[in-house]
Amino acid sequence: MSDNPQQPDLPEIPRAVPARGSRWPPQLIWLIPLAAVVIGGWLAVTTILEQGPTITITFKTGEGIVPGKTKIKYKDVDVGIVKTVVVAEDLKTVIVSAELAKAAEKHLVDDTRFWVVHARISGSGVSGLATLLSGSYIAVDVGHAAAKRRSFAGLEIPPAIVADVPGRQFTLHAQNLGSLAIGSPVYFRRLQVGQVAAYDLDADGSGVSVKIFINSPFDRYVNSVTRFWHASGIDLSLDAGGVRVTTESLVSLLIGGLAFETPAQSASTAPAPPDTEFILFPTREEAARNPDRLVENYILVFRESVRGLAVGAPVDFRGIVIGEVASINVDYDPVKADIVIPVEIRLYPDRLSSRYRGRPAQSRNSRDLLDKMVERGFRAQLRTGNLLTGQIYVALDLFPGAAKAKLDWTKRPLELPTVPGSLQELQTTMASIASKLDRVPFDTLGANLDETLRNAGSLLKRIDTEVAPELHATLENARRTLSSAERVLSPDTPLQVDAREAMREIARAAQAFRILADYLERHPEALISGKKEDPK
Amino acid sequence: MNPRGVAAASVGLWACNLCKLVSKSPLQASMGHCPRCGARIHARKPHAVVRTWALLITAAVLYVPANVLPVMETSSLFGFQKDTILSGVVYLWTSGSQPLSLLVFIASIAVPLLKLTSLAFLLASVQFRSVWRPDQRVRLYRTVEFIGRWSMLDIYVGAILVALVHFQGLATIVAGPGATAFGAVVVLTMFAAMSFDPRLIWDPAGNIRVG
Repeated sequence: MSDNPQQPDLPEIPRAVPARGSRWPPQLIWLIPLAAVVIGGWLAVTTILEQGPTITITFKTGEGIVPGKTKIKYKDVDVGIVKTVVVAEDLKTVIVSAELAKAAEKHLVDDTRFWVVHARISGSGVSGLATLLSGSYIAVDVGHAAAKRRSFAGLEIPPAIVADVPGRQFTLHAQNLGSLAIGSPVYFRRLQVGQVAAYDLDADGSGVSVKIFINSPFDRYVNSVTRFWHASGIDLSLDAGGVRVTTESLVSLLIGGLAFETPAQSASTAPAPPDTEFILFPTREEAARNPDRLVENYILVFRESVRGLAVGAPVDFRGIVIGEVASINVDYDPVKADIVIPVEIRLYPDRLSSRYRGRPAQSRNSRDLLDKMVERGFRAQLRTGNLLTGQIYVALDLFPGAAKAKLDWTKRPLELPTVPGSLQELQTTMASIASKLDRVPFDTLGANLDETLRNAGSLLKRIDTEVAPELHATLENARRTLSSAERVLSPDTPLQVDAREAMREIARAAQAFRILADYLERHPEALISGKKEDPK
Repeated sequence: MNPRGVAAASVGLWACNLCKLVSKSPLQASMGHCPRCGARIHARKPHAVVRTWALLITAAVLYVPANVLPVMETSSLFGFQKDTILSGVVYLWTSGSQPLSLLVFIASIAVPLLKLTSLAFLLASVQFRSVWRPDQRVRLYRTVEFIGRWSMLDIYVGAILVALVHFQGLATIVAGPGATAFGAVVVLTMFAAMSFDPRLIWDPAGNIRVG
């Protein structure tokens, strides 16, 4: 092979026609990769720019959370996707890391909440049925705080209230939670107007705080004097008023609930600001009782059995409950050497005077009034409220015939005079009747009665022996007389027959006489000439 | 005599790529037309190396989004899902269709990658005028060219699914941006393989210098 290009001697090989080179410089081909790089780079940059924040959420379990599949949704719109699910180092929680949309970045604040939505069946209903098909998702409720954060603790239970629902939240303090749960309804005039959002034990363990949320526009019915009470389940009360069954609704029967009411006279008060604290009363009665701001305590000293009287029993004035029994004690009265029962009562004088609210109440006046009332026989008495259960209550009333009494204003609390109870009175009367009966000489009476009866017996015997035979004979005679009379008077006796014959003869004679008289009338001459023969 | 023969270009003979007529090179030009069919002829494909490099680099650049971006977006009653090639492979593997998974992996991931590296290797070896085993390198080139069309498998599957699965509201499959990039990768590698001139592999052995 030589270095010089050497044409083989092949004359039949044609020569190629010369041509110009390409107009385009060959370097132009580099535009293609350049364009690819530019487009790819632009795509990459926008992808990176559009990439949202990555957050971590801790949950107790990773139930239903699938990396790469489980979505994060706000108002059922995808805002992100779960990337990984790992168990925390302490093995107590799972850490879910998720990538969110760019737009979500500014909403990742302190009070933003995350929870897993799966199908749930609770007393208040069924929720999240769609997740049975599509799988669970993580729901987010956007908060309003200013502080940003990237790691959150997920809620185990979906919050009852999401942040953008109009309404107000209030805090209730209760002795116990009752049967409340998150989502339990809050009723106002039997209308569901809100629900329980959260509850927590007080730090000192002395009660529970229940956070409730009242939806707008019902929240304006809550003001500073609104009363809340448990409307959970059935309220079966057995008291002096009898048996009472109260329930708010079937739902509250199942899952508990709350109710509130605002006293009518305060309806014009401005609505309470959010997060106002209220007391949650166990029953509606207690809630309604509380508006009595003026409370006066009195002592009633009874000398009779208070069996059936309970703390909380009503104090009633002519049928109006104006107070309640606060305490029942036992005391020794050294003066009379007697054991007495001082019963402390709480009176709400407002209930008596509410009609005259406008009149200023002066303690001076009320003292005079009470003195005057006692003078007129104002007394306390124990009365049987319910014969079936034997419960008794305290009645205040005027007893004009009561023994004189005076109030000792130096004592605190003031002691009101009492009269024995109606049952006690009855017992006393019965006792006095019994003692009177006791004084009757039943023995002597018995002996006398016995003698009298014996005399009567002998008298009867004498009548039997002496009078009876005589009487018998007499009666026999009388019978005989009567039978003979009967014989005489019977229709077929000869006397009767004769009498009838005689009467018939008389009738015939009378007839003949009449004929004669007729004839003589027509023929008076016959009297002289005698009867003529009939012309035949 | 060299057992591999003498390069035609070294003796001033060109072959027409179309009608395969051998003709003498024109006297002053580096390019010419076939005297029989009029097709453009040249000793070697002009700027073959540069052109192939450019196409190859473009393909390599697009290979990244082809694998990162979703090729298929499935929305059904049960949710919305984006699948990249790799996630499809993983899904097929975990759902028990290992052979299918392997097939997709080879056709859609391994083959394009092999094509890219093979062509890059061939180009580099040509540029450095390597004389190392030209017959093996030519075999590699043949394999690349033959296998190229089969890596469109994924695109075919995607296209068929997009056309078939279109129940409004129930299930819809839409090709994602990754599919475009992937298609571009396949086409570009095919073009690159075409623009490469395998004769260049032999030239260093024959000490032929062709621009």
